[in-house]
Amino acid sequence: MTPSVDGVVREACHSVGHDPTRLMDVARAVQARLGGVPATAIDAIHDQLHVSRGQVRSLVSFYAFLDEQPGARHVIRVCDDVVDRLAGYDRVARAFSDELGIPLGGTTADGTFSLQRTACIGMSDQAPAALVGDVVVTDLSAERARQVVAELRAHGDPQRLVKRLGDGNNAHPLVRAMVRNNIRQAGPIVMSEQKRGEAVRKAAALSPVEVIRAVKTARLRGRGGAGFPTGIKWEMARAAPGARKFVLCNADEGEPGTFKDRVLLTEWPDRVFAGMTIAGYAIGAREGVLYLRAEYAYLRAFLEDVLARRRSDGLLGRDVPRRGFEFDIRIQMGAGAYVCGEESALIESCEGRRGDPRNRPPFPAQRGYLGCPTVVNNVETLCCVTRILESGSAAFSELGSRQSAGTKLLSISGDVSRPGVYEVPFGTPIQDVLALCGGRDATALQVGGPSGRMVGPADFERTICYDDVATGGALVVFDSSRNPLQIAHAYMEFFEDESCGYCTPCRVGNVLLRRGLEKVLAGRGEPADLEQFEQIAKTMKASSRCGLGQTSFNPVLTSLQSFRYQYETLVKEAPGGRRRGFDLDDATAEATRLRAAEGVRS
Amino acid sequence: MSEPCIIFDGREIPFVPGQTILQAAEDAGAWIPRLCHKPGLEPYGSCRVCVVRANGRTVSSCTFPASLGMVVECDTPDLLAMRKLIVEMLFVEGNHFCMSCEKSGHCELQALGYRLGITAPQLEYQFPRRQVDASHPDVLIDHNRCILCTRCVRTSRDLDGKDVFAVVGRGPHRRIAASAGTRLRDSGADVSDRAVDACPVGALLRKRVGFSVPVGLRPYDAVPIGSQEVAR
Repeated sequence: MTPSVDGVVREACHSVGHDPTRLMDVARAVQARLGGVPATAIDAIHDQLHVSRGQVRSLVSFYAFLDEQPGARHVIRVCDDVVDRLAGYDRVARAFSDELGIPLGGTTADGTFSLQRTACIGMSDQAPAALVGDVVVTDLSAERARQVVAELRAHGDPQRLVKRLGDGNNAHPLVRAMVRNNIRQAGPIVMSEQKRGEAVRKAAALSPVEVIRAVKTARLRGRGGAGFPTGIKWEMARAAPGARKFVLCNADEGEPGTFKDRVLLTEWPDRVFAGMTIAGYAIGAREGVLYLRAEYAYLRAFLEDVLARRRSDGLLGRDVPRRGFEFDIRIQMGAGAYVCGEESALIESCEGRRGDPRNRPPFPAQRGYLGCPTVVNNVETLCCVTRILESGSAAFSELGSRQSAGTKLLSISGDVSRPGVYEVPFGTPIQDVLALCGGRDATALQVGGPSGRMVGPADFERTICYDDVATGGALVVFDSSRNPLQIAHAYMEFFEDESCGYCTPCRVGNVLLRRGLEKVLAGRGEPADLEQFEQIAKTMKASSRCGLGQTSFNPVLTSLQSFRYQYETLVKEAPGGRRRGFDLDDATAEATRLRAAEGVRS
Repeated sequence: MSEPCIIFDGREIPFVPGQTILQAAEDAGAWIPRLCHKPGLEPYGSCRVCVVRANGRTVSSCTFPASLGMVVECDTPDLLAMRKLIVEMLFVEGNHFCMSCEKSGHCELQALGYRLGITAPQLEYQFPRRQVDASHPDVLIDHNRCILCTRCVRTSRDLDGKDVFAVVGRGPHRRIAASAGTRLRDSGADVSDRAVDACPVGALLRKRVGFSVPVGLRPYDAVPIGSQEVAR
C-alpha cells in the first residue's frame, strides 16, 4: 500500500518535535518513504512546520540525495570520481545502463530502478564503487554490475548484495558492509589502541581553561585542511557570550579521494565522541552534533549505538564526566553536498536549509549553529584531542615538525599497489609516502584532493606539513599513462556540480575553466587562454565567498604550474588574428539546421 | 571625541559603528560598484562586484563591517580588473542582448559595464538555454537576464512579507523560482509588490510599460551609474 503523503509528513514532523530547524531530517524521512519530496509533501511540511514553501523547495532542490520528483524504488548511484574512472567507471556505468536499459540519470519504466552518477563516496581505496540506496558496493566490474541488477530484480533487497563482510567493525551487526578498512600504517597517535573513557575523565580533572591550554601546548591544528589552531578556535568560542553553545563534528568527508574519516568513524568512534565531549567541556557547550555525510548512512545505526553505550556508561548525559557538566550528541545526516564540508554551510544544513555558506563575520565561534557560539572540528582533529588528553601534550607534539605537530592520516588511492589509510608524522617527504604505498611510476600527485594541488616529480622531495605541502588527507597518485589535463578537467566538472552557485566568481569561474580546458584538450586553445585561466583563478581566489571558490581553480592552476609543457604543446598562436577557438561551422550550426528545416535557401 | 574613521583609498572617512564599508564610503561620497546590494535589504554578498581590500584581505564591502582604523583599498588597478572580470562573468553567463532589452538604460548591469569600460567581454559566451515565465498577467520573469542577486527574493520576503520566490538548484543551475509551484501565476505575486521593482536587470519586469520612458531619457543614458547616489 502506498503511504499517504500527509501521514508520512505528519510522522516525520512529529519525530523532530515540529522543530522547523530540523527540516533536513523531515525532508530525508519523506524522501525515504515516498522516494521524493513532491509538491503535495511540500505543502504538508509547510502546514506542519510553518516554514515557507520556498524554503522547503530551495532545500530539496539543493541536495543531490533529495528530489522533488518521486524516484525509483532502487536508486543506484555510481561513483564517478577520477579514481573510479581510472579503475573502470566507464565499463561499470555502461554495464548498469545496458542491463537496466536506461541512460545515466534515467529511471526504468516500471519505476523500480534509477541510475545516477555521484561524486566521490569515500571509497577510492576500493573503486569502482556505487551506492544502492544506503548500501555500499565496492570493487565493481562490469560483470559484478550486471549481477547487482540481476540480484536486485530477484530479491529486491540491497543488503543482500553484501556477500562477504569487511574487516573490523564493517562486520558489526549494525554495519554489515563489504567495505574494507585498508589500514596500511597505523601510527602512534590517531590510530593507536583506544582507552575508552580515559581522556574524558582526565579532562574532567582539569579546568576547561587547562584543557584548552593542553591542546594549545600540543600545537594542534585543524586536520580538515585549513590548519587553524584548534586551541585558539576553542578560546574564541569559550570567550563568546552566550548561555548555549555547540560543538559540531564535521564528518562530511567529501573531498574527492579522502576516506580516512570513514575509517575513524568505523574503528575509533569513541575517540571521536570523546573529542567532542572534551571540546564541549572546554568551551562550555552541552550539546554536540555529528554531521554525517549521506554517503556514510550505512554507519549511522552503529554510531547511534556507540552513543547509546556512552550514555549508559556515564560518558554522555548528565553529570559526566563530573557533577555539573552535561553533554550529549545527536547525529545530523547530510543529503549529498560537498560544500556542506565548509563549516558555515554545514551549520546552515544543520539548521534545515540549503548549504549556502554564510557571510563572515560573524564567525561560527561568535554566532554559529542556531545563532550560538559554535566550534566546528574535523573528525581527525577530535581524535587528536582525545589522544592529547590521554597521553599528554608532549607525547603528541614530539612527533611531526615545528609548525605541524603530530601525525597526519593520508587517504591514498589511484595508481598505487597498496591503497588505503596511512598515519605518518608531519614532515614526511612525499617520496617516502610513495615508497610506502607502492606508487612507483607516480608522475602526478593530487595532494589534498582537487582543492589542494597537483604536483609533479620536481616536488616529490617536499614534505607533508602545513608549511610545505599542506593536505586535508587525500593523496591521489597518477602514473605516467595519465594526462594531467584530463585529470584537471574531471575535477573541474566536480567543482562545477558542487559549487552552491551563490557567488559569481565560483558559479561562473568553474564553468569557464572547465570549458577552457575542453578547448585546450581539443587542440583549439591559444597561449592567451592560459593567461586567462590564471586571471580567472586569481579573481576566484580573491573574491569568492567561501573556501570552495577560493580553491576550486586549483586543478587548473596547479597543473598549469607543474605540467606547463603539456599545456604548451597543445596551444598554438592563431594564424591571421582569428581566434582558434572560433569554429564558423559550429557557430552557425543551429542557423543551418533551422534553415534546412524551414527549407530556406540562401 | 572625534568620530571613528576608516582610511578609504588614503582618505580618512568617518563611519557609524555597525555600518558596512560600502555604506560608510557612500556617506562620504565614494560610490563602490555593486549589483546585489540594495539599501533597505539585508546585505547578501553574492555578486562580489563590490570587493575591496580591507586590512589586506579581499572582502565584499557590502557585508563587511567598517572598524576603527581599518585600511581599505578600493580604486586599485588589480581590484578594478577583478571587478571587470566579475561583471564580464555575469554578462557571458546569461543571455544579455542590451539592444533589444526593454530595461536598457535602466539596467544596472549594463550601466556598470559602461562605467567599468567593458567594450566586449574577453570571456566566452555560454549561451545557456533558459526559460521565460510569462504566466502571470502583469509580471514576467526572463531567466536569460537574471544575475541571481536575489533582490526580488529578499524584497518579497522581508518587505512585502510574502513567500513568492525561492532560490533553487545549485552551481550553474541555481535559479530563481516561484516558491509555490512551477509558474509565477501560482505564486501570489502581485504587480503592486515592491519585489517587482527590485530587479537591477531585465529579469523581473512589469508587463506593458517597458517603453513608457523612451530610450534616450532613461537614467543611465545621461549619467554613469553611481553618480546620482553620491550626489544626494
